Amino acid sequence: MNRPQQQLALVDCNNFYVSCERVFRPDLARVPLVVLSNNDGCVVSRSNEAKALGIRMGQPWFECKALAQTHGIVAMSSNYALYADMSNRVMRILGDFSPRQEVYSIDECFVDLSGVPRLHELSHALRERVGQWTGIPVCVGIGPTKTLAKLANHVAKKHPRSQGVFNFNALSEDQKTRLLQRIPVEEVWGVGRQRAARLQAHHIRTVQDLKAAHAPTLRAEFGVVMEKVQRELQALPCLSLQEITPARQQIIASRSFGQHVTALPVLQDALSTFVANACAKLRAQHSQAAVLQVFLQTDRFRQDLPQYMPSLAVPLPHPTDDSLAINLWASQLCTRLFKPGYQYRKAGIVLSEISPVTQQQGDLLTPRPAGNARLMQALDTLNQRFGRGTVKVSTQGAYPDWQMRQAHKSPNYTTAWAEIPCTRSETPVR
Amino acid sequence: MNAAFPSIPQALRVPDARLYLDMCEWKVPAGFPSPAADHTRKRIDLNEHLIRNQEATYVFRVQGDSMTGIGIYEGDELLVDRSIDARHGHIVLAVLNNEFTVKRLYRRGGVVKLLAENPHYPPIVLKEGQELLIWGVVTHNLHKLL
Repeated sequence: MNRPQQQLALVDCNNFYVSCERVFRPDLARVPLVVLSNNDGCVVSRSNEAKALGIRMGQPWFECKALAQTHGIVAMSSNYALYADMSNRVMRILGDFSPRQEVYSIDECFVDLSGVPRLHELSHALRERVGQWTGIPVCVGIGPTKTLAKLANHVAKKHPRSQGVFNFNALSEDQKTRLLQRIPVEEVWGVGRQRAARLQAHHIRTVQDLKAAHAPTLRAEFGVVMEKVQRELQALPCLSLQEITPARQQIIASRSFGQHVTALPVLQDALSTFVANACAKLRAQHSQAAVLQVFLQTDRFRQDLPQYMPSLAVPLPHPTDDSLAINLWASQLCTRLFKPGYQYRKAGIVLSEISPVTQQQGDLLTPRPAGNARLMQALDTLNQRFGRGTVKVSTQGAYPDWQMRQAHKSPNYTTAWAEIPCTRSETPVR
Repeated sequence: MNAAFPSIPQALRVPDARLYLDMCEWKVPAGFPSPAADHTRKRIDLNEHLIRNQEATYVFRVQGDSMTGIGIYEGDELLVDRSIDARHGHIVLAVLNNEFTVKRLYRRGGVVKLLAENPHYPPIVLKEGQELLIWGVVTHNLHKLL
């Protein structure tokens, strides 16, 4: 292969939800801070201070309460409207750096910087611009494949000396080998803890071990995806987004089209198929999603054509597994993103903030007309549990936020006029 | 907005949320072209004029009266752009004692001060080692007259 090596950057927001909260709460800048999942159940985002205190990702909040009291850990409820808007800002800023952008999740995105001169300076400039414009700190990892870009990002995060940017491509062959020997195999995308344990039985402990493993054996024992992962580690790009198991729970459904698509209804039709697939997966694991992201892409291999790779995330009004509801939103987002005059090659959806469906909430959260017996029953249960009058029937037919327990939710600083942040004056001297 | 999506979270700065997007669409009678037909234009979109950087602009609401001297009153909304580098004389949104405050930035000869625009508020002079965070630069004040 004589194609020049790709310079693929994975840009990942640091402690994204916590960072979003801190943008509008300077008083929390140095405080150990966590963000909790739906209904304030588990920790889904941690500040570095909270990590240092031993709070684990996904840990139930009630387990942390003693520690929280001792160390003054602050917990916030999830504010998906805020996170989605901050994510959209970050993604659009990144889109300015390259027309070839693939949004991978609410806080991660691939940017193809191949052929860009002065890559090192540009990566730092990118990081600084996102930081200045949004207040969100990001790390940049660069590699020849998605898998290696992700690993490079891991290095950028772990090592302060990198100052948030690490370029795998800039290493000598010798340095590459030594680096991969130091990283445990479970850090590789698509490997995970369970498979890492099985790999260890085959004496594959480090990333370098996996890279150098006997390919046919690997394929026979672990399947074709693992073989692809190995090829990616060998700098041969061959993984699509869905094939990579994400670090955080999310479901991606996307596909390249057989031919270029120019019409909005065709895109919407494709998206509805992706929604159906993703929701089927969601229901099969008895879970629901709280955030939906839609992306469109033109053909990145046709540089002679105008390029446009937008994405948009929205919080769903309430977590759901309902294909119809999600499809309506996907189609609405698609309309917002769609610009005529482009030849689209790919589209997809990402469902994230996935949580198990619980019995009462499942009924309550489904948008059904008021008067629904099960809704009423759930309402009574809530009122019994949290005190009379906690939940009232809204005559407007709107579905306010009471469905979720969000005792510590921040205002919608950037998406609701009534909730924008306020300035203060000091005490006047009169 | 489509009634099926009552609560679609529309970011305040989203460019799609055009205030006016109407084009003249009246019918043109055959033979007599409308004299206005050549002047068909989009209406003024305030977003275009008030916001120079959509991704970096945020809205804040004013509390307090420390800036009334230049017409910034309690309850006014400020457009704050984080992409502008704060310079001497800019009206800035600063973080002081962990709170947001609007002041005029003074930065001359190694002296950094935050100046109120109200004689009841003395200048805030930054001491050695004291940290000042400029969150963004205020580009517009939206002050209601009705």
